[in-house]
Amino acid sequence: MSTIGKNKPTRVYRSKKPQEGNILLTSASAVINHAQRSSIMPLTFGLACCAIEMIATAGPRFDLSRFGWEAYRASPRQSDLMIVAGTVTNKMAPVVKKLYDQMAEPKWVLAMGSCATCGGVFQTYSVVPGVANLIPVDVYVPGCPPRPEALIHGIMTLQMKIDQKVNFSASLTTVEPGFRGPTRKEPL
Amino acid sequence: MSIDWNRQNFSGEDPEQHPAVVALRAKHGAGLIGVGISRGEVWAVVSPENAIEILTFLRDDPGLSFDYLSDVTAVHWPDRDGAEFDVVYQLYSIGKKVRFRVKVPLSQDQETGTVTGIWPTAEWLEREVFDMFGIRFSGHPDQRRILNPEGFDGHPLRKEFPLKGRVSW
Amino acid sequence: MARQEIMTINMGPHHPSTHGVLRLILELDGEVVVNVIPDIGYLHRGVEKLSENRKYLQALPLTDRMDYLGPGSTNLAYILAVEKLLGIDVPPRARYIRTIIAELTRINSHLLGLGSCAGDCGAVSMLLYTLREREGVLDLFEETTGQRMMLSYTRPGGVANDILPGFEERVGAFLDKFPGKIDEYERLLTKNRIWIKRQKGVGVVSREQAIALGLSGPVARGSGVDWDIRRDEPYEAYDEVEFKVPVKTDGDAYSRYLVRIEEMRQSVHIIRQLINKIPDGPYINRAAKYMYPEKERVKDSMEAMIHHFKLVVEGLAPPEGEAYSTIEGPKGEIGFYLVSDGSPHPYRFRIRPPTFVNLQSIMTMAKGNMLADVVAIIGSIDIVLGEIDR
Repeated sequence: MSTIGKNKPTRVYRSKKPQEGNILLTSASAVINHAQRSSIMPLTFGLACCAIEMIATAGPRFDLSRFGWEAYRASPRQSDLMIVAGTVTNKMAPVVKKLYDQMAEPKWVLAMGSCATCGGVFQTYSVVPGVANLIPVDVYVPGCPPRPEALIHGIMTLQMKIDQKVNFSASLTTVEPGFRGPTRKEPL
Repeated sequence: MSIDWNRQNFSGEDPEQHPAVVALRAKHGAGLIGVGISRGEVWAVVSPENAIEILTFLRDDPGLSFDYLSDVTAVHWPDRDGAEFDVVYQLYSIGKKVRFRVKVPLSQDQETGTVTGIWPTAEWLEREVFDMFGIRFSGHPDQRRILNPEGFDGHPLRKEFPLKGRVSW
Repeated sequence: MARQEIMTINMGPHHPSTHGVLRLILELDGEVVVNVIPDIGYLHRGVEKLSENRKYLQALPLTDRMDYLGPGSTNLAYILAVEKLLGIDVPPRARYIRTIIAELTRINSHLLGLGSCAGDCGAVSMLLYTLREREGVLDLFEETTGQRMMLSYTRPGGVANDILPGFEERVGAFLDKFPGKIDEYERLLTKNRIWIKRQKGVGVVSREQAIALGLSGPVARGSGVDWDIRRDEPYEAYDEVEFKVPVKTDGDAYSRYLVRIEEMRQSVHIIRQLINKIPDGPYINRAAKYMYPEKERVKDSMEAMIHHFKLVVEGLAPPEGEAYSTIEGPKGEIGFYLVSDGSPHPYRFRIRPPTFVNLQSIMTMAKGNMLADVVAIIGSIDIVLGEIDR
């Protein structure tokens, strides 16, 4: 995955005439996407062991604050990323769905760890085999638990995905629930 | 698998030397169905009718004083006729630093008395035994499922329950 | 005319202060808690049923994932039960290494328990300080076992691989700076007026209630129960070290906090005594034929290869019987009750979780306290839902 950071679709044109001052010309998507990818507020949704590695990622050594993502919010209404860190059981599944429905658009989901991706080691009667059975997932980070570096790789992949989001698309006349907007195949 | 569960001896030592067995043979010889030993740990097999009396005696007798209940659990032996389940109580005496085990064999649908009156620890532990095995404890203040969701059908730790459950994703 | 009613509110399962997916149904009379009913099972993964379909070594990584704050201790409890079933000895080098890892795990678990309890009560910087210290211990784990958290380092008969040369110096370097950090935490919290107001007198359990409710670990020792399995039923290398067991008599959250701080200091003392005299010798008991032969011999000798093959494909099969072995984990008495019927799969794999029994006492502890104290009480019991729900 050596494409991180290379396809950042931002072209900023600066005016050359000194009397026009500091006029920068760029697309609205570039500004909006940059603002969104740099200030995500994750939901505090640590379920099991992966939550401890998520807390360690937010800790002093693997600082999550350098991405601007340190403001964890307990309320789903105030957050835009749900990091599902841990095993989702049958008893917890309706709660996950309810929290996801309460989050406002645009929202993303990162499935952290093997249990959230596919059920992990626990293929039993009470475990949901992957949170993708309940809610749409954007990025999967495998591992048991994934190291903080692996989670940061997942975060940077999500940032790449956000960079490619199209805002103010003219083709959007009706919006279905859960539809986050088309994403470009090539960068701007 | 044929086990004479009244007289299991996996160690070669003599279970009768344990102070709890000595006291039980003296005072409650009728309720004691058998004793066993495995890897140095001694247990007594007790009938369900006398279980509460014997467990109260084990806690209150000043020579034994098993005041701490470590664990209540069960084991399912589907091939054993007449007594499919074994309810196992792990006891410990904090003052005398001695451990003991009591087993109560039960058949399908048979109930045994609750020990929450003796050790309040057992409230949740017995709820879990009910949830996992379906064994009911008469007199329990709050007998309902604890770990599985409320509408769950079946008792998972029984041997005939499949690992992936009966409802698939 | 005023009318008083009981208000029922729901706390969790998604809540920032419940340390996991715990749901509490609180019945309040204004701000005072009248009754609290915990609803658990939101992380029930069926580990006991799963282990009955696995071999003994395959069930070992599952034990890590239960108490995920202090995983090395549950490993040790399981392996001690397996070794009791098998009836094998452990060489002295392995016993020392396992004790050092167990004490480092205790430090780890107490650090995060204290950090999250303080973080919930408002002292967020304490959480970040303890995370910084944890990284030091996790580095030591990673160089020895290959994993930061889910160690799975112990094997029946010893440990999986030897410690690296220089391990003693690195542990010594950690132990030199760590007591200074514990002093820093004490300066922050112990005489702090806000901390005392939030923790003193909150969640009181008397000594008789503690024994009757089956509490163990720092929760019981904070209530005056002088019981520590490391001292009373010694296992591993604990009979060769001397250490104090802190016991306080007030029974509130503040005494549990003091017990945990003192236990961390005693862990440092224990490791210091062991680290300088780790005996030489093998790190695993291969003679008992329950663990794999050395890799060099497997590649050279036919019988070693066949033995290795049989152990991997069929698994080790203890003789018939049962065993219950307990250790003093960071949160209390961790017990494993294993029943073997002679096959390579455990017939009954029962984990006695300390926090499951400790959490029951919240119904006694929280009565009469305010709503905000419930958060302090949960933090002082130090729960971990992976172990409660298994």
